[in-house]
Amino acid sequence: MDTVALVSTLLKILFVVLIILTFAPVLIWAERRQSAMIQDRIGPHRAGIKIGGKNITLLGLLHPLADALKFIWKEDFIPPKADKLLHSLAPIIALVPSISVFAVLPFGGYLALDHIMDVVPPDQFVRQAFGNDVISLQVANINVGILYVFAIAGTGVVGAAIAGYSSNSKYALLGGVRAASQMVSYEVTLGLAIVGCFMVYDSLLLQDMIDWQRAPRIAGFSLWGICVQPLAFFLYFTAAIAESKRIPFDVPEGESELAAGYFTEYSGMKFGMFFMGEFVEVITSSAIVSTLFLGGYDLPFLEDWGFDAFGFVLPLPHGIVVLLQVLTFVVKLVILIWLQLMIRWSLPRFRYDQIMKLCWKLLLPLSLANILITAIVLLLLQG
Amino acid sequence: MGKLIPRPERTFAEQAFVPEIVKGLGVTMRHFFKNTFNKRENTEIVTIAYPEEKRVYPERFRGVHRLTHRADSSPRCVACLCCSTACPAQCIHIEAGEYEPGDARYGYERFPRVFVIDELRCIFCGYCVEACPCDAIRMDTGVHMPASTRREHFIFDKEMLMSLPGQDGTYLTGNPRHEPGDPTHPGLDRDHHH
Repeated sequence: MDTVALVSTLLKILFVVLIILTFAPVLIWAERRQSAMIQDRIGPHRAGIKIGGKNITLLGLLHPLADALKFIWKEDFIPPKADKLLHSLAPIIALVPSISVFAVLPFGGYLALDHIMDVVPPDQFVRQAFGNDVISLQVANINVGILYVFAIAGTGVVGAAIAGYSSNSKYALLGGVRAASQMVSYEVTLGLAIVGCFMVYDSLLLQDMIDWQRAPRIAGFSLWGICVQPLAFFLYFTAAIAESKRIPFDVPEGESELAAGYFTEYSGMKFGMFFMGEFVEVITSSAIVSTLFLGGYDLPFLEDWGFDAFGFVLPLPHGIVVLLQVLTFVVKLVILIWLQLMIRWSLPRFRYDQIMKLCWKLLLPLSLANILITAIVLLLLQG
Repeated sequence: MGKLIPRPERTFAEQAFVPEIVKGLGVTMRHFFKNTFNKRENTEIVTIAYPEEKRVYPERFRGVHRLTHRADSSPRCVACLCCSTACPAQCIHIEAGEYEPGDARYGYERFPRVFVIDELRCIFCGYCVEACPCDAIRMDTGVHMPASTRREHFIFDKEMLMSLPGQDGTYLTGNPRHEPGDPTHPGLDRDHHH
């Protein structure tokens, strides 16, 4: 591995980790602030730094900082009869998978470092113009692609189950059992919902999927995944919210009957890791949805050579185009996260049997039907 | 036979849940956008950042007492003990004092040498204000009793009571007062009685 590849990989990892680690605390703030705006309150505004007699609160943005400080300084309590090893391991198992899912998600197109100021010739792609020796803006371009996402995200259930099992508390155990059954159930829908996407995109590689969504399809317009697979988008989005164990699917925590569910016996930063893991899951699921269904980093009419709409061409340097793509990805991420928070603050919690019924009796048959219909339509189009 | 309760009738759209979710999201989004992107006074936000922002109490709110002033900023109180007599909590302690002989007010009225209200005992009924014939004690400061961990802080003496302005910011009252020797209102004293 040459130095450029090594350094660029490290920088990409840094970028992704930075996105996650800055988004997660900001999300805690956004959740509190957004819920306040929805419920006609002013929300967090108390934590502040006094500089020269002025209390600087940054609209409450310092609250996550205060939360983190409190988490770190709190006693790390392990119940006397709990399994010490598993009890300490569970938060790590819960948090790490949701972060590592980001490894295969592309946050930009291809970057040719030697040609940042050059303009790509019209109707050519970066790889055609500058050769294949370009940097793909994703941490790891592995050939199983989206399957890696499911393999890793599927281990998240282990963290919740172990946390419930090892705490030696009936509330935690019940919460762990609920979390396990709910997440396993929705994983089926999660996987089946996007099989239709694989069939349409004809690839498992996420860069290829985005390339398909960027290419002009009908009258010069490119088609995002949501246009060709609207039902899959709806199913996937629902299942992803259920996977993150947040309201309206938060029975594993069910504070009205289970104290705090599977993380009842956790305190300090270990609780903080579960707390953060929930928000990281919101971020990753939003990133996956935007990659699969909303064109990822694709800004409409932004081609590799600049803006190109209905014959009007505005050539842009290659570096600017890539920068715009990364910005587009972040903006889409923010919008989807905002939408998830809106849903979280609009809907009441489902009953447990309703959650299971929704999954097995509605979402699963619909996702199977979606695969069938997609296959038939694709066959007809080819034949 | 038990009473048959009819099942709630729901339309297909309500059963399908999705249109109702969209409707609910519409409501929350309306609030979100209205409260986020408007100036504070145009929002529907009902809470305030309390110690920094304070709600103005209604005009007739019974707050902490004050002793109103005369034009020469002595208390209007003539130590008649009406308020301490009316007080059901017996929280007002007054010791009356005589003016020096030769003072225009000597023999005409007295003044409170000591005027103490125990705000911990006070039940804020307002009877003292009703009882006062001179409009000397009022509860229109618009301030509720601030919290404290020390009992001494709740014993309000004469100086303390006179240092509090009304909600309008003045120490006076709107009611007129006629000093001895005022030709428009001679009044009564030991030399001029009926």
